[in-house]
Amino acid sequence: MAEIKIKNVAKQYGNVHALHSIDMTIDDQEFMVLLGASGCGKTTLLRIVAGLETATTGEVWIGDKRVDQLPPKDRGIAMVFQNYAVFPHLTVFENIAFGLRMARVDQAEVDRRVERTATLMHIEGLLKRYSGQLSGGQRQRVAVARALATEPEVLLMDEPLSNLDALLRMEMRAELKTVLAESKTTTIYVTHDQVEAMSMADRIAIMNGGKIVQASSAVEVYRNPAAHFVGSFIGNPPMNFLNASNSGDGLWTVGGIKVKGPDSSKQTIQFAIRPEDIVVHGQPGNGSSSSENSLTAAVRIVEPLGSHLLASCKVDEQLFRVILDSDAQIKPGDTLHWLPQADRVRWFDPETELAIS
Amino acid sequence: MYPRSLPYLLLLPSTLFLCVFFLYPFGLVAWQAFVTDTGQFTSEFFVEMKSHWKFGTALTNTLMLALAVVPFQICLALYMATLVNGMKRGRDLILYIWTIPLGISDLAAGIIWLAVFEQTGFLNSMLQGIGVIDQPMSLLSYQNTGTIFLAILLAEVWRATAIVLVILVAGMGLIPKEYYEAAEVFGAGRWKRFTRITLPLLKPSLQTAMILRVILAFEVFAVVVALGGTNLPVLMGEIYTWQFDLQDANVAAAYALVILVISIACTLLIMWGLRTPKGARV
Amino acid sequence: MSTAHRFGSFPVQLAGSWHRYLFTGAVILLCLWVLVPIYLLLVNTLSSAEAVAAYPKKPFPEIDTESLQFFMNYAGVGQALWNSIKVATVTMILSIAAGAPAGYALSRFDFRGKDTFRILVLMTRAFPLPLLALPLAVLYIRIGLDDSVLGLAFVHTTLALPFAVLITFSLFSGIPIELEEAAWTLGCNRFQAFYKVIFPLVLPGIAASAIFAFVISWNEVFAAAVLTIENRTLPAFLLQGLSDSPMHLKFAGGAVLVLPALLFIFLVRKYLFSMWGIANR
Repeated sequence: MAEIKIKNVAKQYGNVHALHSIDMTIDDQEFMVLLGASGCGKTTLLRIVAGLETATTGEVWIGDKRVDQLPPKDRGIAMVFQNYAVFPHLTVFENIAFGLRMARVDQAEVDRRVERTATLMHIEGLLKRYSGQLSGGQRQRVAVARALATEPEVLLMDEPLSNLDALLRMEMRAELKTVLAESKTTTIYVTHDQVEAMSMADRIAIMNGGKIVQASSAVEVYRNPAAHFVGSFIGNPPMNFLNASNSGDGLWTVGGIKVKGPDSSKQTIQFAIRPEDIVVHGQPGNGSSSSENSLTAAVRIVEPLGSHLLASCKVDEQLFRVILDSDAQIKPGDTLHWLPQADRVRWFDPETELAIS
Repeated sequence: MYPRSLPYLLLLPSTLFLCVFFLYPFGLVAWQAFVTDTGQFTSEFFVEMKSHWKFGTALTNTLMLALAVVPFQICLALYMATLVNGMKRGRDLILYIWTIPLGISDLAAGIIWLAVFEQTGFLNSMLQGIGVIDQPMSLLSYQNTGTIFLAILLAEVWRATAIVLVILVAGMGLIPKEYYEAAEVFGAGRWKRFTRITLPLLKPSLQTAMILRVILAFEVFAVVVALGGTNLPVLMGEIYTWQFDLQDANVAAAYALVILVISIACTLLIMWGLRTPKGARV
Repeated sequence: MSTAHRFGSFPVQLAGSWHRYLFTGAVILLCLWVLVPIYLLLVNTLSSAEAVAAYPKKPFPEIDTESLQFFMNYAGVGQALWNSIKVATVTMILSIAAGAPAGYALSRFDFRGKDTFRILVLMTRAFPLPLLALPLAVLYIRIGLDDSVLGLAFVHTTLALPFAVLITFSLFSGIPIELEEAAWTLGCNRFQAFYKVIFPLVLPGIAASAIFAFVISWNEVFAAAVLTIENRTLPAFLLQGLSDSPMHLKFAGGAVLVLPALLFIFLVRKYLFSMWGIANR
């Protein structure tokens, strides 16, 4: 059993709080992604679990063993680094075998495991080469093979794909997902790329400013963001936010029309909707809504992105993005009449920044 | 991940070493220059040093040597570094040849140039061979302190330019070529690029090189002895004489402090003159 | 229109090829400037005693090993050579043993006193180190280290230590810490990670640092002259004999001083530049 429990872990560097009291449980064999922008604390948290950094307070448990006082080698983990850290003075074979040799595994078993993981990562033909003779993608595979060869309980990955070019990243993502699904390890994967996160995770923990803002499945995080930050971070393009003023009886005025919203005594809250959840009057692919009783958006920029059209508009003087079918005939200066898809509207408290149900 | 004492343990051997063999003797020298055997503070050693007829000459010679050699070497090394920077093939070989003098002891350098300048030496032979003179000139005799000075100058330039060169080449290597390309696009010619890009970005290296070279210049000893014997007094040579021939360690210590003071003064001057704010470095 | 050529690392505009001739000419001249004096020394070394004292000198020697033989057999030379080797070897070992851990600590750790230590090391560069030999001469007499290999080696180590720290610091800084961290996650403790991963990678650089320390000690004159009487090193021996020994002895001695150094500098040349490159950031 390799369930990971992080209890009240905080990390301070002098006066800087890199992590504020993190509590998290990762189930056995779960693939947990830590997602956030640079500086949010995700790598710090990973390194604390690995034992490469010490938490200022808190405990880390792997299985039923408390590990936060143990060095990395005694924690039953393996790690893949962002810059691969493939040992330049050893062959690929010896790199993959490194952890096994340290554990004094006998030669036959070493051969077996190295062959197996190398084949898994499609590098069985490179075993005699040195890291300097390999491409970035190949080195990355060596790094993963090296970690997997030790058959760890817990696998930690620190942005392993971020140094690869876009096409290679896409291929590796799929490969990694297959390989890791079969390997039955509990995995913590750190990234700033939401596509990776959404594609690979069982659960995503979104981090900002040293705190976990939301930890749920990909769809949940996308559809039901728990905070303004999640809505503005997840999704490309992110959610649109508009001010909504209280019109009494659960009605809120947004962009000039009244919309049904939550019951709250607040004067203003935030109305949020994703660019693809907008129904535009008179455009192909959308059910036509009548042009009265709809909101207006003034089109500023139109970007034809191939699979769809991205229109950046102004609603109520605020930036508002709309996704339209790529055949839509609009141009800058046009006015769009639109309504939100009712079940996709989300509301946020402007002070706490949390979602209002 | 590691015991908090680990860095200190790793530093311990060298710190101990420097304390025992650097700070302690340093303190002793200062002490010896000011305190008599009976424990009294006095300036008599300095007075004795100053009133000796060789002091003024030694000080002047040392300073003049440094003044003549160092700026010339800096310029020469800058030129050589620029040449090297523009080379592709053969760079390794040329660089090796030009840094050979680094491994040559100042005594050996003195001996080498002795072979050139002494009365039956190669300079005379060459001059006679091409007919400029018909009798060998005695260049290094006690009457010709001027030529002795020049010979020492040449030997020092020959020997120690490599030290400056290494530092400057390393510093130049740190300057990304994009800066030069951008300057060229904006219309800067070779000289402008050198004065506006290379020199300013080379300031930290120039600072290090100058400090090192100036301090070494004040320590000049073996070259002078090899070429000039006792005919050209310098500070370091005087220390040697007072310590061993005249058996007066206190005056020797006084001399040592003089070298120390001028070294520190020049170091501070160079550090101030060539200072670069941290954000303005490569 | 002038042609812009890419010459090495920055573009050089050549207005015709006279520029190029100037360039090549300067390079050749400077090479000759370095090499010719050494050649002349070798001419003298490989000449007979009369040829050395003869005038005018010929540019090409009639090879005669008389001077060399005389030098090698001269009383005290063999001993002086051996002393030089002993002192330089001890210096080499001591400066690496003390300097490499310090270089590692400086590159890997952040701790209180780090800046103080760096300043201490820097100060030694700004200070005329041979002067330390003076008070040490007295101290050594009292504790029995005077005129000893170890005593001189200690002073030479003080000279070489700042360079050893600097070179090893830049060496270790050039190795990403992720390599050690990866080793830690694969079952190594700190020492094993160093031994299995870092050490093989820095070995050439450490060797270069050691050779550099050896050369510093081999060439050092002042402290050697001050601290040794019976057990003179080669430079001290030659210095002492400068005024009264015969010419051909001096030149042969100079050659013996110079030739190993030529070899050593060849071996360590790459590291000289990396040392100063990183130290000046």
